[in-house]
Amino acid sequence: MKTLNQYILFKDLMKGLWKENPVFRLLLGMCPTLAVTTAAINGLSMGLAVTFVLFFSSTFVSLIRRVVPIQVRIATFVVVIATFVTMVDLFLKGFFPPISKTLGPYVPLIVVNCIILARQEAFASKSPLHRAIADALGMGIGFTLALIVLASVREILGMGSIFGIRLLGDWFRPWVIMILPAGAFLTLGIAIGLMNLLTSKITSKSEHRKENSFKS
Amino acid sequence: MPSAWKIVMVMTVVAILSGGILAGVYRVAQPLVERQAEKELKEAIFSVLPQATSYDEMKKGDLIIYQGLDDQGNLEGIAFVASGSGYQGKVRVMVGMNQELTYLQGMKVLESVETPGLGGKITSQWFQDQFKGLAAKPKIEYVKGRKIEKPNEIQAITGATISTRAIVEMINQKATRVKETLGVVTK
Repeated sequence: MKTLNQYILFKDLMKGLWKENPVFRLLLGMCPTLAVTTAAINGLSMGLAVTFVLFFSSTFVSLIRRVVPIQVRIATFVVVIATFVTMVDLFLKGFFPPISKTLGPYVPLIVVNCIILARQEAFASKSPLHRAIADALGMGIGFTLALIVLASVREILGMGSIFGIRLLGDWFRPWVIMILPAGAFLTLGIAIGLMNLLTSKITSKSEHRKENSFKS
Repeated sequence: MPSAWKIVMVMTVVAILSGGILAGVYRVAQPLVERQAEKELKEAIFSVLPQATSYDEMKKGDLIIYQGLDDQGNLEGIAFVASGSGYQGKVRVMVGMNQELTYLQGMKVLESVETPGLGGKITSQWFQDQFKGLAAKPKIEYVKGRKIEKPNEIQAITGATISTRAIVEMINQKATRVKETLGVVTK
């Protein structure tokens, strides 16, 4: 029984990383994804901010799930989410002003990031605390990793650096388009395509194996 | 179907909790935010008025002028904020000039959302350094595709003429207003 529980928790956590990755699989929260991934550090800080909000919102929503009447659940979730988003916004403004400046309006806009509301509605409001937390962490980490991947590609090609550290020499002429909005769409599209290709290869391989094992 | 009373109660409790928590966080964070803004302002003023060691704030109507002072309290120059629309959004810059408002001592971009790699270069050292010692009469101008010939010219950023022009224009406009307000007569 214990191992089963652990298995479920592990699955809740891992699905956000690949199978239900919010950016590459669910295509949720595209607005910040496209807008802030101009430099790796921006992707990382946006990802962490979203993870923080997801973690606390899911915790809180899961705790009060039995008390909140179903008619006002969305309104309640939004109040909870908005509270934590405002906290992040104030925290960044007070302690990390440069990051707050680059992320600009996208921090307060986490309120309307569909990943967060979707996780509350689809998961946290129906699940016990430990599963809600595992789900929130998985989704948050998956989102953060996706943003870092996109932002790193765009920063390397668009500026020749990563996390502000120069990677490519002076011979490299930055592809300015990569840090413009068009570059966001190009990178995201190619990344999703690659992930689909990889996933289909993996599933066909595992199906193949299953067939073989049936034969033997 | 829960009673209306329960719905109202739950919403009220959640909202009160949220308000209470935010009020607490705000009390801690707000002084930090203000201190940060003040620090940035100070740094900007000293970077555009390199000889100043302290400054006084002067208000004339809705115009705020910072007077840079040296150790002995002599007026070293004046600084002011100019703002306008760039290519993608609002641009704010701090400008430092000598007292007679004939040349610039420095310029620093405070806020901009210009395109990274193109208009974003307005925040680069190279671009901002062009404003050091730049003559401001009759007004600042920019050139592109040729070398700088006059002391009141700067080189425009390649591929970002709009951003360059925005900055030049906002400085010219604000400088004229400051001149009129202070009653400095330009010969």
